[in-house]
Amino acid sequence: MANIASLFRLPKLSYRVWRVWMRNRDVFMKTYKTGFLPPLLEPVLYLLALGLGLGGFVQLINGEPYIQFIAPALVAVSMMFSSFYECTFASFVRMYFQKTFDAIIATPVNIEEVITGELLWGATKSLINSSIVLGVIFAFGLAPSPFLLLIPPLSFLVGLLFSSIAMCFTAIVPNIDSFSYPNFLFITPMFLLSGTFFPLAAIPELLQVAAQLFLPLTNAVKLTRALALGRLEFAPLLNLAWLLIVTPFFFILSINLMRKRLIK
Amino acid sequence: MNREILVEAEGLKKTFDGLLAVDGINFKIFKGESFGFLGPNGAGKTTTMKMINGVSPPTAGNLTIAGMDVCGNGREIKSMIGVAPQEDNLDPDFTVFQNLTVYARYFNIPKEAAKKRAEQLLRFVQLEEKRDVIITYLSAGMKRRLIIARALLNEPQILILDEPTTGLDPQARHLIWNKIRSLQKEGVTVILTTHYMDEAAQLCDRIIIMDHGKIIEEGKPMDLVRKHAGEEVLELVYSEEVMKLLKQTFRNARMEVVGDKIHVFTSHPRGAFSKMLKAASFRGAVIRDANLEDVFLKLTGRRLRE
Repeated sequence: MANIASLFRLPKLSYRVWRVWMRNRDVFMKTYKTGFLPPLLEPVLYLLALGLGLGGFVQLINGEPYIQFIAPALVAVSMMFSSFYECTFASFVRMYFQKTFDAIIATPVNIEEVITGELLWGATKSLINSSIVLGVIFAFGLAPSPFLLLIPPLSFLVGLLFSSIAMCFTAIVPNIDSFSYPNFLFITPMFLLSGTFFPLAAIPELLQVAAQLFLPLTNAVKLTRALALGRLEFAPLLNLAWLLIVTPFFFILSINLMRKRLIK
Repeated sequence: MNREILVEAEGLKKTFDGLLAVDGINFKIFKGESFGFLGPNGAGKTTTMKMINGVSPPTAGNLTIAGMDVCGNGREIKSMIGVAPQEDNLDPDFTVFQNLTVYARYFNIPKEAAKKRAEQLLRFVQLEEKRDVIITYLSAGMKRRLIIARALLNEPQILILDEPTTGLDPQARHLIWNKIRSLQKEGVTVILTTHYMDEAAQLCDRIIIMDHGKIIEEGKPMDLVRKHAGEEVLELVYSEEVMKLLKQTFRNARMEVVGDKIHVFTSHPRGAFSKMLKAASFRGAVIRDANLEDVFLKLTGRRLRE
């Protein structure tokens, strides 16, 4: 019991988390010119291939064009990919190969602040990348509602959730190759099954409920779609509530798991 | 002696998953002194350094830094210590200069002050010319110097150097030794681990020899040499007759056969060996000063570790 309680101990944090965030920002600023290309080009490819190409053969029940259906989902998907990648592979490289965390905790910054800085940076990456994708779909005329301005703050929250989940894996994997497991068991199914490329109504009801409860991306996609299209009803609030409950859970868990890995 | 005690350990213990790394050690380090931790691999030196620096909490015992318990005073303690770790953990994404300024932020040093301090330190470790070079392009010796410069950013009272010259060429070693000496003159308390006995003899006022997590000897380097290895060591090529003769001449001497050689240690005053060598000639006979390596090998044995 004491062990489980120690996994949910509230971290001791101070403004120093931003020092860690600033370190990652400074590195990012050195390479941002190449860093901007993938989030800019990838959605264009998806919109062309799936939206226009495949979309020509797809008839949605509500008569909406297929390209319109998948465009907001691409924004949500980029939130997931960018933050999950940042706090798995990139954090692991910093922790394990570069020993960056060891170097920082020799200073007045503690390990909990280091990990929090990493998580906030992962959320920032989600914000940056998904905003670029949002810009692309906006340019295609696929995000017509002014509520789209709420998508960047949402992307920070969604990014924080995926960063925290990612960091839990980073805390327990023995080596960097092990990330292929969460990738193909968790990320890829979610990418395909979260109401991204087909409406969830197409699958059995039980699976629909499961997707809402257990796949974070489902909630992110629903919210992003609602904001991009200005379809604000009651349901998206439930999705938001889900994110607001689950995120702190993984946030605190990931910090404690990392503390256990690094402080011996 | 009423010198100020800066680091004090009592019954200090550390276990990792049931494995005893540091086994109830006691020591005191005084302000302004240079203190060396010696021992074979796995003796518990680095673990002790990590406990002093407050990144690894002790399993049992007391450890205080400047009167503060390491548990619960992490920030205060870390802000007065500079650490140059054994492994290179410089930031490979940054230049030499940025490595210092980014690190200074963790200590809350204001931007302008950090820049000034970074320039000063680059001059101190003679890396001004490499100021804007990415870390990947530095030699091992330059990286070491930069790590030491980084450890000095917060103007620490205590400088921890974990194997500061391992793997460096003699030029780089001597440069680093000189820098450490000038820091000692400024009154910085230096805590050092090393595998090089000459380094410990050169730099340390007092040393501790550790093995299997315990302290097996402590004192001033020269005192330990006197005590355990005498003044001089005679080395000669091994043969039965030579051995017999030696045993007659030096009745109380300790003799050790290493490979095809005999090492003779004696508490006789200087000159005893040369008298004997004048009387008869021996193959490959060499008289040399006893040193800390003799002490170390006597106390920890010649068996390989790890």
